[in-house]
Amino acid sequence: MEEKIRVLVAKPGLDGHDRGAKVLARAFMDAGMEVIYTGIRRTPEQIAEVAVQEDVDVVALSCLSGAHNTLFPKVVDLLKEKGADDILVMGGGVIPEDDIPFLKEHGISEVFGPGTPLATCVDYIRSHVKREA
Amino acid sequence: MFDKESVGRLKAAKAKWQEGADKIPAGKTCKAYSDCTTSSGIDVKLLYTPEDVGEMDYMRDLGFPGEYPYTRGYQATMYRGRLWTMRQYAGFATVEESNRRYKYLLNQGQTGLSIAFDLPTQLGMDADHPLSEGEVGKVGVSVSSLADLEVLFDGIPLDQVSTSMTINAPAAVLMAMYIALARRKGISADKLNGTIQNDILKEYSARGTYIYPPAPSMRIISDIFAYCSKEAPNWNMISISGYHMREAGCTAVQEVAFTLADGIAYVDAAIKAGLDVDSFAARLSFFFDAHNNLLEEVAKFRAARRMWARIMKDRFHAKNPKSLMLRFHTQTAGCTLTSQQPDNNVVRVTLQALAAVLGGTQSLHTNSRDEALSLPSEDSVRIALRTQQIIGYESGVADTVDPLAGSYFVESMTNRIEEEALKYIAKIDELGGAVKAIERGFIQQEIQNSSYQYQLEIESGKKVIVGVNKFQVENKPFKNLMHIDSALFEKRHKELAAMKSHRDAAKIEAALAQVKVVAGTDENLMPAIIDAVDAYATLGEVCDVLRSVFGEYRPDATF
Repeated sequence: MEEKIRVLVAKPGLDGHDRGAKVLARAFMDAGMEVIYTGIRRTPEQIAEVAVQEDVDVVALSCLSGAHNTLFPKVVDLLKEKGADDILVMGGGVIPEDDIPFLKEHGISEVFGPGTPLATCVDYIRSHVKREA
Repeated sequence: MFDKESVGRLKAAKAKWQEGADKIPAGKTCKAYSDCTTSSGIDVKLLYTPEDVGEMDYMRDLGFPGEYPYTRGYQATMYRGRLWTMRQYAGFATVEESNRRYKYLLNQGQTGLSIAFDLPTQLGMDADHPLSEGEVGKVGVSVSSLADLEVLFDGIPLDQVSTSMTINAPAAVLMAMYIALARRKGISADKLNGTIQNDILKEYSARGTYIYPPAPSMRIISDIFAYCSKEAPNWNMISISGYHMREAGCTAVQEVAFTLADGIAYVDAAIKAGLDVDSFAARLSFFFDAHNNLLEEVAKFRAARRMWARIMKDRFHAKNPKSLMLRFHTQTAGCTLTSQQPDNNVVRVTLQALAAVLGGTQSLHTNSRDEALSLPSEDSVRIALRTQQIIGYESGVADTVDPLAGSYFVESMTNRIEEEALKYIAKIDELGGAVKAIERGFIQQEIQNSSYQYQLEIESGKKVIVGVNKFQVENKPFKNLMHIDSALFEKRHKELAAMKSHRDAAKIEAALAQVKVVAGTDENLMPAIIDAVDAYATLGEVCDVLRSVFGEYRPDATF
């Protein structure tokens, strides 16, 4: 049997808006993935640590406070430091279009804005997750 | 409202009509565009008649505006006396820039201020706290000490404006700063008008900016109640908020139920702390969301008003009529704004604002069309304010009180929302009240279930969101978004360091020590906090002292 895809849904920064994060967490679970949710107000350090500890395939970051440019790249850098750069990092929240190229340059593989269908996120993970052969 | 005989005749006639109108298959006529259920899952019938409101008694259930049970409004004349307060929530970046935005809004005809604080401020952290990086000035203005507040309100007469502050966990500290600032301008606290949100329970259940565990948080709130009802009698010392729970995904019925259950918990706590219900209840205020379903929302506001009056009278035996009145602020539903075709949001906001006005709101914030993309630009904020002004000055809906009263549908929906919300309140009572229900995760779970359900309905197309899952177009990038400079963190660092170098260190130390001592007793915290902030102790310093006594709240993460 194929192993389930493991996803960490994470809320970096100080904002408490976790409706989207929780809805996605459930959608990933309903799509047959193993899901861990960090809860709100986690530091990039905490998120990277959990990601490595839990040996996840994907980190899905959600931020609605506007701090994404500071926080998302930090998570990517910390994962690299820990030798976990095979983890797919994606982001979502209230993120102006102009910021997306910057985030992609800094290792966020894709950014999903408000109104993205759940299925789009699920399909994206399935087709992009890097599994060990 | 109708006698049995005429309802009986109507029933017979209706049966006949339905037979004749068999080509109108009652439930099925609107499936093409919606499933004809409200956000709360209430089935909407094709037709409402006196049969649906026959059991109602006008004087018992509606009454006159300004009279119990206040279904029709809490004032006799409502908007004929004065339009609602147009209060746009605003604040970003630095105190200087926010001060300019407030003066701009006041010049544009806005009648009250509503201060948005950034997240570090809302969490009782100074701008130079390591976790503040990236967050300073982002979702609101950064305030770390009285020195910041002095600039924020520069040139704004505190005795002439009403100021609403969205501050919760550290509400006591910001309130203390506002009082200290007013004193320096020669204005005593009893001349101040405004609101602090100060509603910690919805932070645990939906919004997330909590600091301390529930018990000490409730104690701080009771201290604020006791202090303000004596010293600042015109101040709304809490704004019990359903808004954030609704935004987190709950339904209209749940919004009413959870908000009033929180209200019950605050009244209980204050009474347990030794306050007489009539000494503070008149200064409780509320805050609701205005979502998409226009008539369900109108019914929701009316139901909430009637329910609170009955709760305060029957459950808490309040005697002062003012203690029975539910006064509320409304904000249109941020969660309904779409990033797709953002101009469509202007129309959504108009309908939502109309619901708030038809529901008798006391003040209103209308969202800007670009808020699913970023902080609103000045152009967008102006359109949002103009939307309220057009409703107020042009549409005519403010001319008569509670204009939808007597609509068979609206009255029936008002009754239904009350019934369903009462069931939830009974359930929360069984669990031991709102604090216990939150500690057990009941309210959080209910909200999460509703929000997931809502999303699934959008996914399946059962619920249509124009421009998102129907009527899509290729998205054009929206121009002129607002940007906040991330270099603010360093700027604020320097400002704070400069401010701290001018302080009397011994005075600060003594004042903070006093806060700590009082926190460990049953005494009221407010005087000690006012002394501390008056000496320029920072928000972070005061909150850290309280953290050392009360600890911090760390819930399990569920979804």
